[in-house]
Amino acid sequence: MQDTPNTFSHQHASHCESGVMSAIVRHYGLPLSEPMALGLSSAVSFAYLPFIKLGGLPLVAYRMPPRAIIRGLQKPLGIRMRTETFRSTARGEARLNSLLDEGKVVGLQTSVFWLPYFPGDMRFHFNAHNVLAYGRDSASGEYLLSDPVFEEPMRCAPADLARARFARGVLAPKGLLYYPETRPSEPDWGKAVPAAIRKTVRIMLRAPIPLIGIRGMERVARAVERLPASGDLQKSKLFVGHLVRMQEEIGTGGGGFRYMYASFLEEAASLAARPALTELAGELVEIGDGWREFALATARMIRDRDPFDPARLAALLRQQAAREKTFFGSLDRAIQ
Amino acid sequence: MDANEVPQEGNATLGGHRKAMYARGADGRIGIVPSSGWEAEEIVTLQAVEDLDRLAADARKRARAGSTSPLEYHMYKARMDLTLLSQISGIWAWRVRRHLRPDIFARLRPALLARYAEALGISVDQLKRVD
Repeated sequence: MQDTPNTFSHQHASHCESGVMSAIVRHYGLPLSEPMALGLSSAVSFAYLPFIKLGGLPLVAYRMPPRAIIRGLQKPLGIRMRTETFRSTARGEARLNSLLDEGKVVGLQTSVFWLPYFPGDMRFHFNAHNVLAYGRDSASGEYLLSDPVFEEPMRCAPADLARARFARGVLAPKGLLYYPETRPSEPDWGKAVPAAIRKTVRIMLRAPIPLIGIRGMERVARAVERLPASGDLQKSKLFVGHLVRMQEEIGTGGGGFRYMYASFLEEAASLAARPALTELAGELVEIGDGWREFALATARMIRDRDPFDPARLAALLRQQAAREKTFFGSLDRAIQ
Repeated sequence: MDANEVPQEGNATLGGHRKAMYARGADGRIGIVPSSGWEAEEIVTLQAVEDLDRLAADARKRARAGSTSPLEYHMYKARMDLTLLSQISGIWAWRVRRHLRPDIFARLRPALLARYAEALGISVDQLKRVD
C-alpha cells in the first residue's frame, strides 16, 4: 500500500482505542468519526469479571476488551490491520522505527503509568492504553505521539516509550503495534450499521454468561448490595469508587461510552437512512445521564457528604440495568 | 447531557488538561465538548491515589522502625501491590512476601535486588534506602 505523505493531523477524542482507530482510518483517506469507530466495531458493552483483579479490585468494563475496535473495523471498512507483538524490547523498538521511517502511522498499546506526559495523579498501572506514533524527531530521537485523550500531540523519549510498551502484568501489551495494510473503503451503510448494532444488542441482552451485558450490571448491583454499610467502610468505598473510576476515567468512560454510542446512532440514522435511530439516540443520552447520577451519588458518599448507603447505589445500578434492557430491546426492533 | 451542562469545575488530577466529552450541542447534534473536569471524577481518582499514598506512608514509617523492608515502601510508592510487583518482576508472590521481611531483604543477592529495582523503575541504591 502506498503511504500518505506526512500530513497527520491530531484530533482530540474521548477514548483511546476508538480515537486511535478513527485517526488511522482518517489518515488513510476515509473520514470516520470516533463514535462511528466505536459503533461500527460493536465495542459498547458491559462486563463484570470479579476473578480478574486490578489493584485488588474486580475488572469492570463498560466496553469490549482491548483490540475489539482494531479488529472490529476490518470487516465493515474492508481494511486489513496488521498487529505485531514482540518478545524483546529491542526488536519491538526497531520495528516501530522502521515503520515510521516508511512514513506509516502506527498504533501502540501502552501502560499509562510509564508515560511521563500523563499527569501524576492519573498514572496507574493500566496496560491497555492506546496511542498513535506518527513520526520521530530526528534531532532528539523523541517519538511524536498522537494520544487521542489529550488536546495536543505529545512527545516521548525512546526509553520511556519502550518501558510503557513492554510493561508487564494484567493486559500486558507485549509491545503491540498495529497499522493498516490496505486502505479503508466506505461501507454500504445500509448493511454495515444494522449488522454492527445487531452484534451489540446480542452481547447486551443475550450473552451466554451472566457477567456480560445487562446481567453483568445486575450482578454488580448484587455485589454492591452485599457491601457492609457500617464499621470500617474503607474497602466498601474503594469498591464503589472503582466502579466509577472505570466508568469515568481516561481510556475507559462508562457514561461517556453511552453518550458516544448515542452520537453513533445519530450519525448512523442518516447514513443508513433509519430515522428511528435518532429517537433512540436521545433515549441513550438520558441513560448516560443516569450513569453520571450514579457517579455523583457515589462520590458524595465517598466524601461523607451523604451517608454510605450500598442499598441506594445498588438500586441505581438496577435502574440503569432495567433502562438499558428496555433500550437495547427497542434498538433490536428498530433494525429488524 | 447538553453542551452547557458539561462540567467545567476543574479537576486537579487532570493536571490542566481537558477531556473530550460527548454532549448535545445547541444545534441538537451530539458532538465533542472539551471539559476541564468534574468534581465527582476528581473525588474517585483522588480516593485511589490517597489510598496508595496512605499505604506508602504507613510502610515508610514501619520500614524506618525496622519492622518491614524498604521494598514494601517502594512497592506502594510505585502504585503497585504485591500481586502486581510479583507479575512485573516475575518473582513469585510468596517470595516477594518473604522479601518484605527486613532481615531477609538485607541478605538478598544483588541480582534479585536489580530485578526489583528494574521493575520499580529505580536504582538499587534507592531501593535499599527509605527516603
